[in-house]
Order: sequence, then structure tokens, then C-alpha cells
Amino acid sequence: MPAVLIENVHKSFGAVEVLKGVSLSVESGQVVAIIGRSGSGKSTLLRCVNGLEACQSGRIEVAGHVLDQDQKKLRELRKDVGIVFQSYNLFPHLTAGENIMLAPRLAKGLGGPELRRMAEEVLAKVGLSEKFDAYPDNLSGGQQQRVAIARSLAMQPKVMLFDEVTSALDPELTGEVLVVMEDLAKAGMTMLLVTHEMNFARNVADVTVFMHQGRIWESGPSADLFAAPKTPELQAFLSAGVH
Amino acid sequence: MATFGWPEMLFIFRSAGWTLLLTLVAFSIGGVVGAALAIMRLSPSRVLRAIASTYILVIQSIPVLMVLFMSYYGLSLFGIGLPPFLAASASLAIYASAYLAEIWRGSIESVPFQQWEASSSLALTRPQQYRYIILPQAVRISLPPTVGFLVQLVKNTSIVSVVGFVELSRAGTLVSNATFLPFQVFSLVAAIYFTICFPLSRLSRHLEKVMNAGRPH
Ligand SMILES: Nc1ncnc2c1ncn2[C@@H]1O[C@H](COP(=O)(O)OP(=O)(O)OP(=O)(O)O)[C@@H](O)[C@H]1O
Ligand SMILES: [Mg+2]
Repeated sequence: MPAVLIENVHKSFGAVEVLKGVSLSVESGQVVAIIGRSGSGKSTLLRCVNGLEACQSGRIEVAGHVLDQDQKKLRELRKDVGIVFQSYNLFPHLTAGENIMLAPRLAKGLGGPELRRMAEEVLAKVGLSEKFDAYPDNLSGGQQQRVAIARSLAMQPKVMLFDEVTSALDPELTGEVLVVMEDLAKAGMTMLLVTHEMNFARNVADVTVFMHQGRIWESGPSADLFAAPKTPELQAFLSAGVH
Repeated sequence: MATFGWPEMLFIFRSAGWTLLLTLVAFSIGGVVGAALAIMRLSPSRVLRAIASTYILVIQSIPVLMVLFMSYYGLSLFGIGLPPFLAASASLAIYASAYLAEIWRGSIESVPFQQWEASSSLALTRPQQYRYIILPQAVRISLPPTVGFLVQLVKNTSIVSVVGFVELSRAGTLVSNATFLPFQVFSLVAAIYFTICFPLSRLSRHLEKVMNAGRPH
């Protein structure tokens, strides 16, 4: 049973069909990178996986949950599926520690010293132990993004989704976030990530998927896909160098 | 003819207390109802949205004075005689609820939608999202316009004098009629309104500046 199973998903915004029958599966412990031009539907696909967007047809199963727009079922799914956004989206009125502890407390009923210890643990995992009491405003972009990753990890998800999590960061700060993600991958986390970092996809992802015009145009083991792209579209995309 | 002495001034000061009490009651009740209306306006239920927006539209489209007349004279038609203080606070509360609902709806809507997405992705329920994520941010945003509205409310309490309730401006009229010193009397009345409203206006202005400068911790 794959950790993520996407079958023939169609999604339109009004009259515009953005996903035209996408199928994809991610095995447990696998890292899959989605690459492609702007507007090809990468974010939309990722957001369909945790129900932030509702698709019109097709079937999605994540971490053993069949995707359903019923709010209660959706919450059950989301307890097992973390997502990290390009714009961090930390809660600005809460400290890093509070950002991390909130959902485990409310959604999972954790509390007390155990909760605090767990929050310190995930914060240490992203290298920010000393920032427990810092407000997001007082953190750099890279630090905020690492707190956002820690916040997701605190839910102990079975699958993590990442949508261009380094695109808003300066090159110097990109590295520190990628290192955290690489550690996660090594630790066996199942990851589905949209990225413009071709080196990261090539080196860290087991499989890379190239999306083009709302379809999966080409996919394969990352090493092969980057070494020998088959379709002219992927060849053009990779040689353009600007992603 | 009475003189404008201590007893008259004391009477005016005491009536200023009624103005404050009226404001307080109208603001508290209007605030509770307004908060419920704001949440209804933003609820996923079409019925709740329609009820709230109709109420707000109707109340905002008629003068407070009419609300006051309807609650005072209208109810007495059905044999329900409201004491002036009740009629006055009820109608001001109705007026306040519609305006506060709109101020607060705007504040809630100005919290970036990504905050909703991030919190729902963390499996929070809608009430939890409101309670822990959206309202704390919305309250900060809403403080300057809310205090600004409070100033309007203080001044608008003067209309309830028409149903015979003696608040600050009604007291001024009574003393002025008795003393034939309208300028002196109403100068004092104006000065009292100013003393109440000016600090509030400044507070609203100050809050606005603080918000714009970013969030203090
Ligand atoms: N909420 C929306 N309403 C209408 N159209 C949308 C919405 N979200 C996305 N789209 C459209 O869907 C298409 C795919 O968008 P999507 O964000 O999935 O692309 P992407 O591959 O993630 O691009 P990028 O690399 O720029 O992030 C685009 O044409 C976009 O304009
Ligand atoms: Mg995108």
C-alpha cells in the first residue's frame, strides 16, 4: 500500500482545467519531487492531497485515509499529513514554541511536560533550540521556515508535503532549510515536494516527476530523469536553467 | 428663575454618569450581539449569512432615532411599556451591534487567508481556528476602529433624550430652560462630552499608529 496514491485526478478552477488526469504514487519512506514550469499545476496537486483544494474527480488516498471533503474525515487525514508552505504561515501572535505546541494540544490532546519536551525535540531537529520563546517577527525567513517544518513534525505525520518551501528565501538561507529536509528524508520520512531546486530533486528525491500543462509529462528515478530526459519539454525545461 | 450654581452643575454631572452607563450597556450588549453577527456573516451556512446581513443592512439603513421610536412607542402599542432607560439602551445596543458586526467582520477578513489554511492543515476545528488563530489577530486589527466607534456611541446617546430619558444633553436642556443661560450651560455640557471623547479619540489614533508600526510584544 503506497503512502500516497493519486488516481486520475481532475481539477478545474472555473472553466480552466488545471489538473487533467494526474496519477501518482509515493511509497512509504520515499521522497518524490515535483518539478515543472510556473502554472503547470504543481501546487494545486499538492494542495489536493491534503484537501486544501477539492478535486472534481479522481481518487486520493494518503496515509491510509481516503480523501473526503467531510470536515471530520479531513481532520483525521490532516493529523497524519503535514504541509509546509512557501510563505511559512507561522502564527504571528504566538512564539515558536507555542506555534509548535498548539496543534498537538488541540487536535491530539497532548499536554504537560511531555508536550513541551516534544516541542523542544522537534525544534532541536531543525536546529533552533534557542528560539523556543522567539516570535516569528524576530526570526529570519530561513528560521521561520524551519519552525514551520518543526510545527508540522510535531504532529508526527506519516507524510510530509512541501510546496516550494525555499522559494521566498535568499540563497544563503535556502541551504539551512534544505539541510533540514535532507535530514528528514534520510530519517525515512515520506515526502512529496514541489521544488525549483533541481540539485535537491536530483540528489535527495528517489523519484522526480515533471509536470507540464496539468499532466505528469515524464517521471522516473531522479538520477535517470535528470541524466537522460526523454521528452522535448523536459529537455527544454532542464536546459533553460531558469526555474 | 434658577441660577446656574452647584446644584445645577451637580445635576449635569450626574446625568453624565447616565450617559456613560448608557454607553457601557449599549456597547456591552451590542458587542456580544455584534460578535455573533460577525461570525454569522462569515459562516459557511448561507442561511446564517443571510440572516446576519439582512439585520445589518436594515439597521444601518434606518436612523437610530427610528429604532428608538419603534422600541419605545411601537412596543407600547402592544401594551408593552418599556421604561425609557431600557428602550434607550436596547435601541443603542441594536444600533451598535450592526456597526460593530461590520467592523469586526472586516477585521476578521483582514487576517490573511493563509492563516486559515495553515491552521486547518494542522487539523484544527473551525471554532479552534477562530479561538486560537483568527480572533487574536483580528482583535488587534479591530481595536482602533472599535474605540473610534465608541466615541460615536458616546455622542449618539444624546438622541435618547427624545423619549424623556435624562442623560447629559437632556440635563443640559432642562438646566438651560430653567436658568436662561444656554451658552454657559451647553459649554459645560460640551466640555464634559469632550472630556469623555477626547482621550478615546487619542487612544484610537495611538492604537492605529502602534498597529501600523508592527506588533509590539
Ligand atoms: N484559486 C485559484 N483560482 C483560480 N485559478 C487558480 C487558483 N489557483 C491556481 N490557479 C491557476 O491554476 C494554474 C496552476 O496553478 P498552480 O499554482 O498549481 O501552478 P504551479 O505549478 O504551482 O506554479 P508555480 O510554479 O508558479 O507555483 C495556474 O494557471 C493558476 O493561475
Ligand atoms: Mg506553486
